[in-house]
Amino acid sequence: MFHTYKNPVYEYKKSRDQNTSGPVHHPLVVVGAGPVGMAAAIDAAQQEIPTLILDEDNTVSVGSRAVCYSKRTLEIMNRLGCSQPMIERGVTWNLGKVFFRDQLVSSFNLLPEDGHKLPAFINLQQYYLEEYLVRRMDEFENLEIRWKNRVMAVETNADRVVLSIDTPDGPYQLSCDWLLVADGANSPVREFLGLESRGQWFHDRFLIADVVMKAEFPPERWFSFDPSYHPGRSTLLHRQPDDVWRLDFQLGWDADPEMEKKPENVIPRVRAMLGADIEFELEWCSVYTFRCRRMETFRHGRVFFVGDAAHQVSPFGARGANSGIQDTDNLIWKLKLVMTGKAPDRLLDSYSDERVYAADENIMNSTRATDFITPKSAVSHTFRDAVLELSCQQPFARDLINSGRLSDTAFLTESALTTPDSDRFGSDMVPGAAMLDAPVTGSQGSQWLIDLVGGRFTLLYFVDETATLSRSVLQDLEALGANRIPVKSLVIGGHGEPAAGVATVIDTQGLFRKRYDATEGTTYLIRPDQQVTARWRAFDITKIVAAIDSATANH
Amino acid sequence: MPLVRETNFHQPGKRYFRRYRAGDDFYEALINMHRELSDEQSAKANAKLILLLANHIGDLEVLGEALEIARSGVDSFPENE
Ligand SMILES: Cc1cc2nc3c(=O)[nH]c(=O)nc-3n(C[C@H](O)[C@H](O)[C@H](O)COP(=O)(O)OP(=O)(O)OC[C@H]3O[C@@H](n4cnc5c(N)ncnc54)[C@H](O)[C@@H]3O)c2cc1C
Repeated sequence: MFHTYKNPVYEYKKSRDQNTSGPVHHPLVVVGAGPVGMAAAIDAAQQEIPTLILDEDNTVSVGSRAVCYSKRTLEIMNRLGCSQPMIERGVTWNLGKVFFRDQLVSSFNLLPEDGHKLPAFINLQQYYLEEYLVRRMDEFENLEIRWKNRVMAVETNADRVVLSIDTPDGPYQLSCDWLLVADGANSPVREFLGLESRGQWFHDRFLIADVVMKAEFPPERWFSFDPSYHPGRSTLLHRQPDDVWRLDFQLGWDADPEMEKKPENVIPRVRAMLGADIEFELEWCSVYTFRCRRMETFRHGRVFFVGDAAHQVSPFGARGANSGIQDTDNLIWKLKLVMTGKAPDRLLDSYSDERVYAADENIMNSTRATDFITPKSAVSHTFRDAVLELSCQQPFARDLINSGRLSDTAFLTESALTTPDSDRFGSDMVPGAAMLDAPVTGSQGSQWLIDLVGGRFTLLYFVDETATLSRSVLQDLEALGANRIPVKSLVIGGHGEPAAGVATVIDTQGLFRKRYDATEGTTYLIRPDQQVTARWRAFDITKIVAAIDSATANH
Repeated sequence: MPLVRETNFHQPGKRYFRRYRAGDDFYEALINMHRELSDEQSAKANAKLILLLANHIGDLEVLGEALEIARSGVDSFPENE
């Protein structure tokens, strides 16, 4: 096995911290260089927090695991400076098809509209994503990675966290103000601290096989219920780069994982699915049992849990890595504000509040998909098959088919940080929504809104005609730039020339107006993680300042 | 009014941001209703449910259309061994 990819080996280096008598202190340490830990470290380094990341291993993911990355994750990667190689290598896809007993019963398009910088989904092997993250980490002076550093014990104090680490040169200790735990689903650190992640196991087993083949199947997600080559169960076919295809076979609870993993047993299943005349080779395979669970809270004093360490989902819907990366997006800007004394400690509690809410939604959607795919009783099997039969003719039944609700973002409308609407709006860009992208035109030509927002608070102010921008608004925008928590302003004009003294773009295609239901004077306040946190029909600096205070727990 | 064939699940006063969400909420409630019932009990619960919904809809034309669709697929869809 393994034909298309060779895992890189990253060099272990003895660090200076290993020669000192007492533990050396660091502001921020991240445990675990999986996709989530690395995204956190890059975000922190980009926010000018000196960051140290530790991993027990010295390479990227062995075998692919995560395949699908969502638009929102790509937007975060875009902000972190890593999206380009992902897009270049990744397979872009929008179309999902569902088959029932070999008949096509439904298809869905995930991004039915243009005008977004990033695609709805790409497929990319997890090892590539991790390679790109490692490469990006190397670009920061204030970010250090230590391979072959295994955290063996963690001690939490009121003022710091002490880590005991094992290396090829023996053990050493270090301490930190803040610890981010990204050490995966079985999180050793969670265990060291006596904490638990609770939830349910699904009594089913799945064979995941990546095969290399030259085939003319389109880049679509094909989910089959009860196909003739694998009767009574389900399969999935999905394309990855390098002519690698992800195949997924539901095996049932009684299957023997050790037997099912053997190539001599995998190959006949693959051949039955693909047809006898397609040549293929096995790249990697594994048998999984899935579970959905989470920790009760993701913050424990100076310790934050992110990614699989905090929550775990079954993979139907690709919500694992996607939601883990969204955790770090939510956390790092808050940490920066607290570390620089610009927000109180309780802002950090909102990380857990907001991401527990999102995790519950992800767990709910993944659980529902798993229940639909593997019905647990005769009656739920009957309903499932009735939905599939009806879906050939009945649009409503098509919408009920749940072969995985692919990763989307939670709307944090209930968050204490958001300022609820007081004005009427007709769009879903509610306070608590992840902002939607739109094409705009700036002084350098075509631009994307998503590239102009993020990393700090941003105010979007819409005027029909830029020439009418009032002097008093301009003065207020300038004042916001000098606010204790600075706010960058972006004027979006329906028409006109760039306004003097403030960044301006023109909504030439009218898509900003449409997606944000913008009218003359509409104002949106966007958080550093590109979430809408407040919006109004008219510009009012007092309300804006109050909303910033609210979004940073400064009230 | 003819039988509604497009997705129509909703809840008064509740805002749904995802197209699939209200339908999934219903489907989960439906499956949960059957939890811990024997097959016979489930069949009875389903019968009651149909009667309740039929009375709620009331319009015999709509019900007739639904009866026809429900019946027509049953013996025509291919079965696997
Ligand atoms: C078959 C399958 C398919 C999937 N498909 C998708 C998909 O399509 N999309 C998606 O978004 N997600 C998918 N997932 C989920 C995804 O793989 C995980 O959610 C993701 O890897 C979690 O990232 P993480 O960084 O939190 O943890 P991990 O990737 O598990 O990384 C944890 C890291 O911590 C390190 N570590 C552990 N213990 C220690 C220690 N004591 N000291 C130091 N370092 C330590 C490990 O070496 C590792 O590098 C899939 C998962 C599976 C199994």
